[in-house]
Amino acid sequence: MSQVVAEGVFVEGAGGPRMIAGRRKADGEIRFPMPSGADAALYDAIEVTGEGRLWSYTMQRFRPKTPPYIGDDDEKSFKPFALGYVEFPGQVIIEGRILVDDIADLKIGQPMRVAIEKFPTSSRGELSTYAFEPAT
Amino acid sequence: MTQVHIIGAGIHPFGRHDDKTGLDQGVHAVREALADAGLEWSDIQFAFGGSSAAGSADAALPRLGLTGVQFINISNGCATGGSSLLSGYWAIKSGEFDLGVVIGFDKHPRGAFNADPEASGLPRWYGETGMMLTTQFFAMKIRRYMELHDISATTLGRVAVKAYENGTVTPHAWRRSPVDLETIMTSQMLSDPLTKFMFCSPAEGGVALVLASETKMRELGLAGPRVRGAAVRTRPKGSFEVFAPSLDIERGVSPTELASKAAYDMAGVGPGDIDVAQIQDTESGAEIMHMAENGFCADGEQEQWLAEGATRLSGKLPINTDGGCLACGEPIGASGLRQVYENVQQLRGRAEARQVGGARLAYSQVYGAPGLSAVAILEI
Repeated sequence: MSQVVAEGVFVEGAGGPRMIAGRRKADGEIRFPMPSGADAALYDAIEVTGEGRLWSYTMQRFRPKTPPYIGDDDEKSFKPFALGYVEFPGQVIIEGRILVDDIADLKIGQPMRVAIEKFPTSSRGELSTYAFEPAT
Repeated sequence: MTQVHIIGAGIHPFGRHDDKTGLDQGVHAVREALADAGLEWSDIQFAFGGSSAAGSADAALPRLGLTGVQFINISNGCATGGSSLLSGYWAIKSGEFDLGVVIGFDKHPRGAFNADPEASGLPRWYGETGMMLTTQFFAMKIRRYMELHDISATTLGRVAVKAYENGTVTPHAWRRSPVDLETIMTSQMLSDPLTKFMFCSPAEGGVALVLASETKMRELGLAGPRVRGAAVRTRPKGSFEVFAPSLDIERGVSPTELASKAAYDMAGVGPGDIDVAQIQDTESGAEIMHMAENGFCADGEQEQWLAEGATRLSGKLPINTDGGCLACGEPIGASGLRQVYENVQQLRGRAEARQVGGARLAYSQVYGAPGLSAVAILEI
């Protein structure tokens, strides 16, 4: 059983995983992740719903520096990964890793859904984190 | 109203200097700037300066002279140099002082910058899972821009070709050899669509400028470009900045657009009046987007501008005439002042092989984390 990357980032329900964001009580502005600490009282936690659309993307082709990166790999075994922003209409645009091997097929505006990725780390064991994948 | 002029400029060449500290390079730049103006450190009434990774700028005092001068350390991310210039500008504009120095220097470890999530108010997992890299942000920002405004990857390559071409004729540049388009396009892909040669690298260097009121300048029998406009602005709601786990659906303008407009308004000129420009080119995409954010062209026109060579030394608006960050590297504390140094050289007709003929109005813009931009407009 892997550990979640952090509590309160996403939930896994019958309809699949959903992101948890914070909606500011004062003006309805939505931000992800839900703020923690003293600011948390200013926000209501909400589930981000519906299908997303790819807003932008790239491929990380070199191993990020440690710290802060804790992937269980080194310069040689590192495998490039895709990441990007997904727009959830009427709510918020969220950044996350994308579960594709090749970004040549990605297209801005295409439908995306939330998925769970197993992320092996060097210091926290295998983490379960959110990611995005093409919905089609 | 008091006018502010730049009457001396000094630089320590950018690049890698294993035998020198960042401070050594800053001190070198101050001595050169003072010599340029024919002044002594003891003449100086105030100083503003900063570095990001090479210590406090006022550590230069024991080497320059313990004169008791007012020295204020500036720390404002990538706009540290621009902020020092603005501080010096206002110090003279206020009438409180009439002769001072602004200084910026730096020395960074090799490779991409390390980032600390908690220092940026972000959850630790954001960095742990590999999403806290400035390179990714630049790639995603230009990727979307290319899609919306029909910019090709070749245009990104052309920005880099021009940068290295200008670096060959710039004594203070780090990269002094030309790089052809094919080499740039086929070099290692770091973060799509940006290749290795389309990114600048952290580097080392130092820059110093001597500022004076118009009255003081005349009294000293000196001359130099006038600062017509200068502004620093931070990120407004809806701008797209580094290290953002989420963005508002409703998009807004950038800090560069705000700083640019403020500086044009202050100077009473528009983008069409500018003869030469130094704009932030952390990577090729940034130069493309900043061309529009600073008002020089409409979104999408960059494709044609670059194809025609409009931003080369011989073009209608030469941009980053010293090769910019791509050819000079980016020592954070010094980078913004390097742009101003280059404009001073251009306006004084001292830019030699990279001289833009008849340049009268020069523009500079530095942008950086966590989302701020500094603009200065100089006139000779």
